Amino acid sequence: MSGAVPFEFVEGATSDLSFVARGESCEAALAAAAEALLAATVEDPAGVEPREVRRVTLVAPDLDLLLLRFLNELVYLRDAERLLLRARSLRVTQDGGQARLEAELVGEPWRAGHHVAAGEVKAATAHGLALQRVGAGWEARATLDV
Amino acid sequence: MSAPPGVCRTGPDCWELGTDFRPGMRVPVRVYASEKLLTEMDDQVFEQAAHVATLPGIVEASFCMPDAHWGYGFPIGGVAAMDPRSGVISPGGIGFDINCGMRLVRTGLAWPEVRSRLRELVDALAERVPSGVGRDGFVRLDPDAFREVLRLGAGWAVAEGYGTADDLRRTEGQGCLPGADPECVSERAIQRGIRQLGTLGSGNHYLEIQVLRAEGVFDPALARAFGLDVPEQVVVMFHCGSRGFGHQVASDYLESFLAAMPGKFGLPVIDRELACAPFDSQEGRDYYAAMCCAANMSFANRQVILHRIREVFADVFGRSPEELGIRQVYDVAHNTAKLERHGTGRAARELLVHRKGATRAFPPGHPELPAEYRETGQPVIIGGSMETGSYVLAGRESGAKAFFSTAHGSGRTMSRTKARKLVRGGELIQRLAARGILVRAASRRGVAEEAGFAYKDVDEVAATTEAAGLSHRVAHLLPVGNVKG
Repeated sequence: MSGAVPFEFVEGATSDLSFVARGESCEAALAAAAEALLAATVEDPAGVEPREVRRVTLVAPDLDLLLLRFLNELVYLRDAERLLLRARSLRVTQDGGQARLEAELVGEPWRAGHHVAAGEVKAATAHGLALQRVGAGWEARATLDV
Repeated sequence: MSAPPGVCRTGPDCWELGTDFRPGMRVPVRVYASEKLLTEMDDQVFEQAAHVATLPGIVEASFCMPDAHWGYGFPIGGVAAMDPRSGVISPGGIGFDINCGMRLVRTGLAWPEVRSRLRELVDALAERVPSGVGRDGFVRLDPDAFREVLRLGAGWAVAEGYGTADDLRRTEGQGCLPGADPECVSERAIQRGIRQLGTLGSGNHYLEIQVLRAEGVFDPALARAFGLDVPEQVVVMFHCGSRGFGHQVASDYLESFLAAMPGKFGLPVIDRELACAPFDSQEGRDYYAAMCCAANMSFANRQVILHRIREVFADVFGRSPEELGIRQVYDVAHNTAKLERHGTGRAARELLVHRKGATRAFPPGHPELPAEYRETGQPVIIGGSMETGSYVLAGRESGAKAFFSTAHGSGRTMSRTKARKLVRGGELIQRLAARGILVRAASRRGVAEEAGFAYKDVDEVAATTEAAGLSHRVAHLLPVGNVKG
């Protein structure tokens, strides 16, 4: 999932960054959302090398909030462990009114002098949040508080 | 952008939307703005302020300050006072960056003494006050020590040698919100914040060297009382908050409130970012205790940054901070909810005042002000963009109508995405250098996003707060050096 993935920053929050990320599946849209977050953090996201792996499992009451938890998990790992991460493999299941994500994340610690900061995302917010099927594909929308 | 139909002028630079504007409003929306600022406000300001007006326990009105713009849940520049017995507390009414605030430091130095050392100063400040992604603060703490920071706020920093008792007296609430309980803070929040003490952050956070020119003095007597008394005086202003720690606290409780609202509390979710809980509930009390922790982390953060500023000036000029006349003017929060007494006589009562992108502005004689400012009113700091300068103001008695609140900045009018399309960071840095403003930034993209044209006219904002009786202009400060994330 580390190839070119589609996302774009769009007009939205005045103070912050809104994006739309798209994919053929729910998982692909989530992976694209992780790429958007990475692009908001470093100038050269392609230069983030796959040196470390983290596996996380997240549960939320619905898909929108699962997207929120996923993005905020990436923000947390950046602050707490200094890790710049993208999605390597994702699996979303829905059961009994809950959405569950099993994620394998890959990336590397922030390296001063190697990575160039684009911005510091402090949180993903619930504003305009959506992870939904659109036409034949899936779309993830979120606003990042910078 | 235009004000909605039905908005009516009710006083000098004061406008109102009645409770019939949207269903469920318990109080009107009151907007303090000049006609120009009102017209420039994005439509969402009025919608969001109307949502706030529906919250249980809201008292008097849902207020918008002159710099109001779209926010999460509440507009930024939103103020709402709640009855603590019947009302709610909302993270969206405080902001993710809990106790984001401003600190102003005077020096005894005049611009001609500093001009030739400006580059050295700005470089040293950029080095010693880390900003942007991937940089730790200089204060190394274990989790237990960090929890002490959360309990004690700026007082912890002063006890550790990072400042003076005078700094605390010149800080809102002496740099500590009572009621902080680290037990109400998640381990994740602690892990995010533990290395961030002494860091500036990014986005609109900055540290600036500014000059007070003669034409920038609006009220000479108050300026003198605030220590702004040197011709062409050099001052330092900085803007930062509780960093990732405060954001984690806000995110944690936003989710827990959303889960409890429809069932346990019987509260409708109008907007997920307006999640709330009754203040008089376990969830509400826990959030308040955690929010106080984040506010205290932020006060401590600004205190240790002040310590670094003192060190840098002492190193560069080879004189002690005292010899250089370095003294804090004031530190004031603009993202909090606080229990305050408002009203007089029998009408006096305790209220939970949410100020999100709004500054407390206590008037002369207020018992919570230190002796130095008892006669002047509380210093208020309104930060502008790195191109346009900032303001120092003072609280006024007439501010009682908005629970002694005023503006906090110039307020954005343009998205970051659009600003980046209009200018490149490197180009803006060069343009500012040509105008005598030296910028050191961790992110060039961030510089473009913070271009002056992305903000409202700070002069208009400051003048409007005065015309509306919220605060009184004392001085206008112009940037000469800027450090940002």
